[in-house]
Amino acid sequence: MSSNSNNSAPSPNTHLGAGGASFPGQLHETPGGGIVLSKLDDVINWARSNSLWPLTFATSCCGIEMMAVAAAKYDFSRFGFEVARASPRQADVIIIAGTIVNKMAPVLKRLYDQMADPKYVIAMGACAISGGPFFYNTYSVVKGADHVIPVDVYVAGCPPRPEALLHALISLQEKIKMGMTREQIKGG
Amino acid sequence: MVEEIGTTPEGDIIINVGPQHPATHGVLHLVITINGETIKKVEPHLGYIHRSIEKMCESLTYRQFIYVTSRMDYLSAHINNHACALCVEKGLQIEIPSRAKVIRVIMDELTRIASHELWWGAMAMDLGAFTPFFHAFRERETINDIMEETCGARLTMNYMVPGGVMLDIHPNFQKRVKDFITLYKSKISEYDELVTGNIIFQNRMKGVGYLSPEDAISFGCTGPTAKGSGVSSDIRKLYPYEVYDQVQFDEVLETGCDSFARYMVRIREMNQSIRIIEQLIDNIPEGDFQAKTKAVLKLPKGEFYQRVETARGEFGVYIVSEGGTTPYRIKFRSPGFSNLSALDQMARGSKLGDLVAMMGTLDLVIPDIDR
Repeated sequence: MSSNSNNSAPSPNTHLGAGGASFPGQLHETPGGGIVLSKLDDVINWARSNSLWPLTFATSCCGIEMMAVAAAKYDFSRFGFEVARASPRQADVIIIAGTIVNKMAPVLKRLYDQMADPKYVIAMGACAISGGPFFYNTYSVVKGADHVIPVDVYVAGCPPRPEALLHALISLQEKIKMGMTREQIKGG
Repeated sequence: MVEEIGTTPEGDIIINVGPQHPATHGVLHLVITINGETIKKVEPHLGYIHRSIEKMCESLTYRQFIYVTSRMDYLSAHINNHACALCVEKGLQIEIPSRAKVIRVIMDELTRIASHELWWGAMAMDLGAFTPFFHAFRERETINDIMEETCGARLTMNYMVPGGVMLDIHPNFQKRVKDFITLYKSKISEYDELVTGNIIFQNRMKGVGYLSPEDAISFGCTGPTAKGSGVSSDIRKLYPYEVYDQVQFDEVLETGCDSFARYMVRIREMNQSIRIIEQLIDNIPEGDFQAKTKAVLKLPKGEFYQRVETARGEFGVYIVSEGGTTPYRIKFRSPGFSNLSALDQMARGSKLGDLVAMMGTLDLVIPDIDR
């Protein structure tokens, strides 16, 4: 077995072994292994999209609708979101449910930095999109969470209906399954 | 971000809880000084969701500013709107139709039940029991459906306006509320079986977070926090508004002064709310749902104050008017702020693990505290 593999051209599988490229960042650089590796990419994206763990991050009203989505009637565990984590180090997606004010902005940035890659962000509700009802005449509200961290999916509403949040979560899944990068996701 | 870490000169450890912590029910930040496992001091740090609502209200008209108050105590959205509408009506000196009064009270009590149910699920979750959360939301979704049918929104309704309510009730309203009462009565025993009678739960709640009646008064606690210490503070009884002086209900008082007493107050208060709704739901008077008001409201020069009982305690609206279309100054008296100030007194001397149980029974809504 070993003598055979020494003489023949390197098969794609050998590059996945311990001595090969690190997993999964350099998969695309492997020569001659395009088909196998891109199929593997699909599998990874599929697995990733169906086990997104959200961070329990709620600043205000939208958090109650997020809890409603977690409860039995809407139940986002049907799509693989049920493992809501309290620690950013275990979470994959951060749902910004509520207003971000100037004092909270550095905390949000730190939470995002503590999350492990790949990480995704959903801006839930008008406040997280643009400041919403608190756009005019306030001195303390950040006019949109995307001033602080990059956002992948925006959900409109004040607060959005639970179905709207489910739609956003499924949209994010579809985009991950398509293998799009963050910039492509942002571009729509 | 205010952050304190390290040790005090006496050798006590300072730790931070929040602002991102599931048990703070939002973005509250607590700086706790502990000696071993015993709490010596709890300092709440506020402002992580300060949205300058009072300042905003100064540039909004008397019809516009009410929608912002739904976003303060979002679990008592109807009751917040109610207080603002009452305060403006007091300034305008208009009498609202009796149909609107009854609809308002029914909506208030439905909101109170929805709020207490969410608190019940969330507090059990704080103590490590996840199942009650699903039980609580099952009933709460029924109330949300009723609200949605009549008001058009599930959470931030903006239904009460100066002069009455925005729209008449949906034709299905009375039937669905009666269905809800039947559903609630068949399920409330589950609450007691699941949580109230649980021996682990009782051991974690009884004797924890002692707040004496004197302290409750001096910290300005209201609502279930004060009632759990035996202090009578129900605005619906002391300063009746709308039709609360015409319905039969009891002010719930417990004398335990601990976390379990505050828990029992809320459970029993839900039954009283059901009692109020039962008396009113078949007796909604015919007539207009809104009084005739001018398109642009102008309050006369002066100061106006109105207090109501939200699910958390006394909520007050104080308007200073210069005679224009917008208020000169608005101050909101939120129940959560005063109740939170008693946390330090409650927690001193108890163990760190009990802090979450104490905070759970205060039923804090952080945007209500920060405003």
